[in-house]
Amino acid sequence: MNLFKISWANLKDKPLSSFLSGLLMTLGITIISLLLLLNKQLDEQFSRNVKGIDMVLGAKGSPLQLILSSIYQIDSPTGNIPLEDAERLTRNPMIKTAIPLSMGDSYKTFRIVGTNKKYVDHFEATVGQGALFQKDLEVTIGARVAETTGLKLGDTFAGSHGLDGNGEEHGETKYKVVGIFNPNSSVIDQLILTPLSSVWAIHEHHEEHEGEEHEGEAHTDEDPDHEAEAPREITSMLVKFRNPMGMMVARGINDNSKLLAALPAIEINRLFDLLGIGVDTLRGLAVAIMLIAGISVFVSLYNSLKERKYEMALMLSMGAGRTQLFGMLLLEGLTLSLIGFLLGLVLSRIGLLLFSMRAERNFHYSLNNLNILPEEWLVLGVAVLIGIVAAALPALGVYRMNISQTLAEE
Amino acid sequence: MLQSHQLTFSYAPTKRFAFPDIRCNDREAVLILGKSGTGKTTLLHLLALLLRPENGSVTIDQTDLTQLPPAKTATFRAAHVGIIYQKPHFVSALSVMDNLLLANYLAKNPQDKNRARELAAHLGFADHLSKKTHQMSQGEQQRVSIARAVMNKPGVILADEPTSSLDDVNCARVVALLREQSEQIGASLIVVTHDQRLKDEFSNQVIL
Repeated sequence: MNLFKISWANLKDKPLSSFLSGLLMTLGITIISLLLLLNKQLDEQFSRNVKGIDMVLGAKGSPLQLILSSIYQIDSPTGNIPLEDAERLTRNPMIKTAIPLSMGDSYKTFRIVGTNKKYVDHFEATVGQGALFQKDLEVTIGARVAETTGLKLGDTFAGSHGLDGNGEEHGETKYKVVGIFNPNSSVIDQLILTPLSSVWAIHEHHEEHEGEEHEGEAHTDEDPDHEAEAPREITSMLVKFRNPMGMMVARGINDNSKLLAALPAIEINRLFDLLGIGVDTLRGLAVAIMLIAGISVFVSLYNSLKERKYEMALMLSMGAGRTQLFGMLLLEGLTLSLIGFLLGLVLSRIGLLLFSMRAERNFHYSLNNLNILPEEWLVLGVAVLIGIVAAALPALGVYRMNISQTLAEE
Repeated sequence: MLQSHQLTFSYAPTKRFAFPDIRCNDREAVLILGKSGTGKTTLLHLLALLLRPENGSVTIDQTDLTQLPPAKTATFRAAHVGIIYQKPHFVSALSVMDNLLLANYLAKNPQDKNRARELAAHLGFADHLSKKTHQMSQGEQQRVSIARAVMNKPGVILADEPTSSLDDVNCARVVALLREQSEQIGASLIVVTHDQRLKDEFSNQVIL
């Protein structure tokens, strides 16, 4: 027998109102925790992959789409651009590196990206097994690709057209896995990388069947790796400036060429601003729910205290101190808050895992860092405060209670 | 031992009570009889120092309660006085056993489960220890309040209309148990009632 046991017994004695208060508290904390987790992990994922890329050059269209497709590999590309134009525009003293990307095919929804070694170096990816792609149709695959598809060194597979995994297969030409990257938590984990020329080779072959729809000339002199006849097109180019003045290059390209230069820093900020409205709304909602939880604790304690007035007087007459009883009532509010907090933490993690499973299926991104965030301790503080205040208001009545009168009333 | 001396109390200037002196030695019992409105409950609350008297004194085991600072009265009462109320009231969320142990806990005594079991066996509710109190009959509940009042082996047992809501059979049983328990622990028993059925059970009587 102790105060905590009495508090707990009182909570159990009113299962429905305790359940309602606990549920509201849990719900509020779940939403806030989930938002914090998502925000943090999205932010991490986004900033990790955008690091060191100052500009993306691609076909005219939505700059955000270009960024999403080229850096994060989640949206469809805006279209193709002639390699020649891209190379001409990036042959500029302000530009330090320019990494070409070419995409459009996939294998079991994992994107096949034509690029060169600079892309791998940029993300600091290291080859775990085998080697980096060298020749046409050789691929090095990301760790998660290997894990999910079961592809091993030496396996061959045919890519399919399009990025959703439902496209027509390029059945005649097969890629060969020559290496597997170590996991490094960047976008590379979910990509199949191959030399740029592979993509051209596949599509020349393919386009013969479909009929030519673009025009262009070969520039065999420019690219010795290459002997194709078809137009050399790429999807986009990831550019790093030599200094911040490079921003000027972007403006020049957008004003004076058919290509689009998008600045990730700006676009991602814009994206987060857009998301931010939703996040703020949800956060406000969660805070409101937590406050309602507090009010629910207040109302149910207030009502039960009216019924338990005699009990309180009885305990006082049996030697209980008023502060002791006040503490006991606070403990009831506090217990509900703590239960709400713990359940909220658990539920938000479950929510995140569900969200992550969906994100992984659709975008191959996983968000599964389930550690407790520092902000969540703050949420705990707020929850505890709400629980205590909500319990304290009705519990103060214990100090005003006239023992004799209450006992005699009955 | 309980002794009161020239107790007076007033709720309002027009509603003033002056009570006869009461003296009850250890192992003795006093019945205070009075119709409703004569201040029976007020007297009982004064004896337990749940109310502070206007004048006069209450002495329990050589301690004058009216001289105790308010903070100490609760502790003193918990240790020396067991109270039985007209309607048996309990902490409804707790089991019968826990309600008994509560008396120990609130008086800051070690929680004596064996004593609770012995009392339950003796007072005839041993099978109900794990039940909630509202699942028991009135007579059973009143027997639990007796057990609760003697858990700390107090020097004084005060009973406020302990039998008024009981039938004749239960009434006789409760009174017998009250007297037996208070004699066993050597306490002074003071019963306040308007219940005429108790008149013949007590030789010491005070009429209000």
